[in-house]
Amino acid sequence: MDLLRFITAGSVDDGKSTLIGRLLYDSKNILIDQMEALERSTKNNADGSVDLALLTDGLRAEREQGITIDVAYRYFSTPKRKFIIADAPGHVQYTRNMITGASNANLIIILIDARQGVVEQTRRHSIIASLLKIPHVVVAINKMDMVDYSIDVYNNIVIDFAEVARQLGLQEVKYIPISALKGDNIVERSLAFSWYEGEPLLKMLEEIEIKEDVNLTDARFQVQLVLRPQTDELHDYRGYAGKIISGIYKKGDKVRVLPAGIETSVTKLEIGGNEVDEVFAPQSAVIQLADDIDISRGDSIVKSDNLPTISNEIEVILCWMDETPLLQGNKYLLQHNSRLVRTVVKNIEYKLDVNSLQQRSAEDGVKLNEVVKATLKTASPLVYDTYEKINENGSAILINETSNSTVAAVLFK
Amino acid sequence: MKGYRLDYLEQLEAESIHIFREVKSQFERPALLFSGGKDSITMVHLARKAFAPGKIPFPLVHVDTGHNFPEALAFRDKLADDIKATLVVRKVEDTIQLKKLMEPKGKFPSRNWLQTYTLIDTIEEFKFDCCIGGARRDEEKARAKERIFSVRDEFGQWNPKLQRPELWNIYNGRIHKGENVRVFPISNWTELDIWNYIRKEKIALPSIYFSHDRNVIEHEGQLVAMSEHVQISENDIIQSKKVRYRTVGDMTCTAAVESSASNLDEVIDEIISTRISERGETRIDDKVTEAAMEDRKKNGYF
Repeated sequence: MDLLRFITAGSVDDGKSTLIGRLLYDSKNILIDQMEALERSTKNNADGSVDLALLTDGLRAEREQGITIDVAYRYFSTPKRKFIIADAPGHVQYTRNMITGASNANLIIILIDARQGVVEQTRRHSIIASLLKIPHVVVAINKMDMVDYSIDVYNNIVIDFAEVARQLGLQEVKYIPISALKGDNIVERSLAFSWYEGEPLLKMLEEIEIKEDVNLTDARFQVQLVLRPQTDELHDYRGYAGKIISGIYKKGDKVRVLPAGIETSVTKLEIGGNEVDEVFAPQSAVIQLADDIDISRGDSIVKSDNLPTISNEIEVILCWMDETPLLQGNKYLLQHNSRLVRTVVKNIEYKLDVNSLQQRSAEDGVKLNEVVKATLKTASPLVYDTYEKINENGSAILINETSNSTVAAVLFK
Repeated sequence: MKGYRLDYLEQLEAESIHIFREVKSQFERPALLFSGGKDSITMVHLARKAFAPGKIPFPLVHVDTGHNFPEALAFRDKLADDIKATLVVRKVEDTIQLKKLMEPKGKFPSRNWLQTYTLIDTIEEFKFDCCIGGARRDEEKARAKERIFSVRDEFGQWNPKLQRPELWNIYNGRIHKGENVRVFPISNWTELDIWNYIRKEKIALPSIYFSHDRNVIEHEGQLVAMSEHVQISENDIIQSKKVRYRTVGDMTCTAAVESSASNLDEVIDEIISTRISERGETRIDDKVTEAAMEDRKKNGYF
């Protein structure tokens, strides 16, 4: 059984909460007491129906205002897969939350209201999906019951979206007509779509191939923590603990420690205290090296024949996530996995309109939820890859040192 | 490339170990909040793996309500001893005496609310800057929205509207003096994941998780263990039943389920076939209001 993380994108009106509620409900992941709580909350409904959207409304503050203010995580599983849903609100003012939810996702479900077709929000969600390089895209054309399950309506939307996907270079796009409210094509294929030949949504989610999503070619490892127990029996033990970001490491591999640039080799590999012959992404491992080198948190250990970029001047895409605007020349802390360095935002080239992909001037400053192309200069060099090549070695956050807030998502170009 | 794949439990384990190591690296004085329940026992197991071959580099802290199952306390002491961990126990009873707090009254006088006071005092006493908790996002609505690194103010309060974005696997644990961070390494695990992992890793649990005979009374459809903390009234019928527990908490507000499951396989089979979620079945205090957890978290609860 493997694990698929996905995000659902759509506004409240697209039926996103209903869809998630439906997935949980129809895959029998709603439990009796949750059901009772639901029934208590919906007893005021005139027709006595159960409002599936309520299953995903978390906080009282949100219920009172009828909005979603943050990313919520939902869990369900089938015999084939465990699923983690990042349920993020879709309005433009929540771009920050959507990026947060999308950062870990293998897949995005973009919901389109069949009556509306491809709208500005659809475009924005697709742009974020392409920006974050989410490997799989499912376009769910919802509320098909409201358009008499019309194949023409469906086909026209598919044609429109295919054009958006082409412009953005979205590769793996699948389309499916559904009605979340009626449960059509969610778990079972619906008779209402005699013309639809494909799988229902849940089956699609179960069967999408995700093993290629992990990069096993380029070996990258960053030291999180140096383990030195310094007890009598482990007097000389020195292990470098961290997550295998990508690739595979084997005992005996020739490696280089960066940014110092020192060559050595792997003498021992451990997972959870047990020695193993090889380790691979995304395992949390401990690496021991042949030579006694001064290595600390944030240093990288890579294979000598496959090196990342080392630079202190980096072109990036910044997604701004703070109420306080970004100004050119501002200084921040940059956290690249476990490596923390000071940085200055040197040059803001342009603002990227997330609704149209058009480039605009950034002279008036960069506000919450805006996306810019910029150049960062760091106090010491970073060891990185482009986001496109290895997501996890190509991403970072900016931290405002005075507030300690996370103020930006950084994608290395 | 076949073979280089992790199943879902291995992926969850890798993520949790990563989080534990971030905690050790980012904080000066972390502590692991240990209740003696299966979730915190699983966390101890994960923490051991994260720092092996060394021992866990922070103390286990138990906020003892005084209403604990003796089996769970004995298990706690033995576990801490076996792995040579530092165990800090602070008692709600002492906080009640010291601060002249009002004990809850009623039939089942739960001390869950009062734990918050003892916890905050303990954080101050030891200057803990990070408390690692075993909360899971599948447990409850408010928890579904909480970050893995959750910043709390000096009163331990959670502000759901001011959460930091948490991107990729990058955790920002920077705080101002007086603040502290609650970290939840098993956020993405479900109850069933925990049980399956316990089976896979052969993790030992206190005996109360398995079927045993116990004197209980029935209250609003739930079975509550007889103990000196429960107020008995004339109508109560004390009966001996075969029961087990799904969570270990305050004896007065943790209900038992009737069960003959005496080993892990049988317990997991029962959980798969049961249709009642964990908190609903066994926590008597959550039913009070739908927003109960949201309120408690805002007030500094785990």
